[in-house]
Amino acid sequence: MEKKADIAMNLEWCKSCEICVKFCPQKVYEMGKFYPKIIAPEACTGCKICENLCPDFVITITPLKEKKKLETA
Amino acid sequence: MDYLNYLRKDKMPHIWCDGCGHGIVLKSILRTVDKLGWDKNEIALISGIGCSSRTPGYVDFNTLHTTHGRALSFATGIKISKPKMHTIVVSGDGDATAIGGNHFIHAARRNMDINLIIFNNNIYGMTGGQCSPTTPTGKFASTSQFGNPDSPFDISRLAEAAGASFVARSTAYHFAKTDKYIEMAFRKKGFCVVEVLSPCPTAYGRRNKSTGKVGHEMLKDQKENSVPIERARKMKPEELKDKYITGVFIDRDVPDYFEHYNEVKKRAKLK
Ligand SMILES: Cc1ncc(C[n+]2csc(CCOP(=O)(O)OP(=O)(O)O)c2C)c(N)n1
Ligand code: SF4
Ligand code: SF4
Ligand code: SF4
Repeated sequence: MEKKADIAMNLEWCKSCEICVKFCPQKVYEMGKFYPKIIAPEACTGCKICENLCPDFVITITPLKEKKKLETA
Repeated sequence: MDYLNYLRKDKMPHIWCDGCGHGIVLKSILRTVDKLGWDKNEIALISGIGCSSRTPGYVDFNTLHTTHGRALSFATGIKISKPKMHTIVVSGDGDATAIGGNHFIHAARRNMDINLIIFNNNIYGMTGGQCSPTTPTGKFASTSQFGNPDSPFDISRLAEAAGASFVARSTAYHFAKTDKYIEMAFRKKGFCVVEVLSPCPTAYGRRNKSTGKVGHEMLKDQKENSVPIERARKMKPEELKDKYITGVFIDRDVPDYFEHYNEVKKRAKLK
């Protein structure tokens, strides 16, 4: 599957609440021993649900279309 | 958008517990400011005391962290002296409707041109889970181990009845709705209240089975038990038990404080 978005995580701020794991419709994350892990990056649609619901400003989703625009701007 | 443009990075990570909804509500505020393209120097963010009232500490606007329940009074002072300043108050349910209850209804009565975002978690989070005026009857708190005997305030209906221009309620889970209502409030003159239901797993969820115990369970509860106001109007009170009524309660064009105040200034021949 073609990758649709980049997922960046600043885990230093993560409090392991698992909200991203539970609410990603594509099951991109799985809970690791302490922190969520990205297990299926290619499944990410770039919907930003995880970014919007993460209370701790950990996740940044950049849809690749947006990224291209940023780079060419 | 990049949230880091608006955060005081040296103050992060914030103090809110894992799964606390307050961070989700803060993000809605920042997204809306970004969407409207407001200049950070032209925004004043004011709070009282509580977990929710910690918000201004993390944000790179003009910020004031004031005394418990009094944020609206400070905000009124700012707005009167700098009418062009976008004036936003953030408040908890305790801060806004218990110790600050009088300030809340009178700011609404005067229709002061202030945006008030209430982070309603139905409890005093910061001080260990005492009942607040919005703790529903029968729910558990550190001060009601056998269930709360009191009836709760409905914050949105209270604001509407007291005279606010705009009142809406959303939940932390419904972030798109929250963004929409905050934008409507920010664009409107007069006293505009957005009440956002915000999970407090530490002081409320832990004691109350019906909502779920941890943050993601409480968000799921909001997802499953929210009822749009149009539908709620056709439902019986018993059908609405443990439901969260969301939507726009009022959106009316009435003169705000400044319309009346400017008339007074004219009559007094002041500029
Ligand atoms: C004058 C005064 N009285 C009492 C307190 C103690 N106090 C601190 S925060 C708080 C309640 C906070 O609850 P809420 O406003 O709902 O915010 P939350 O912490 O739940 O976000 C109280 C009673 C205080 N700081 N100042
Ligand atoms: S939602 Fe945010 S804070 Fe919670 S586990 Fe995921 S990344 Fe960490
Ligand atoms: S952007 Fe959507 S699909 Fe991608 S990880 Fe986040 S929630 Fe999952
Ligand atoms: S006590 Fe409740 S409101 Fe306060 S930070 Fe923790 S979860 Fe949030």
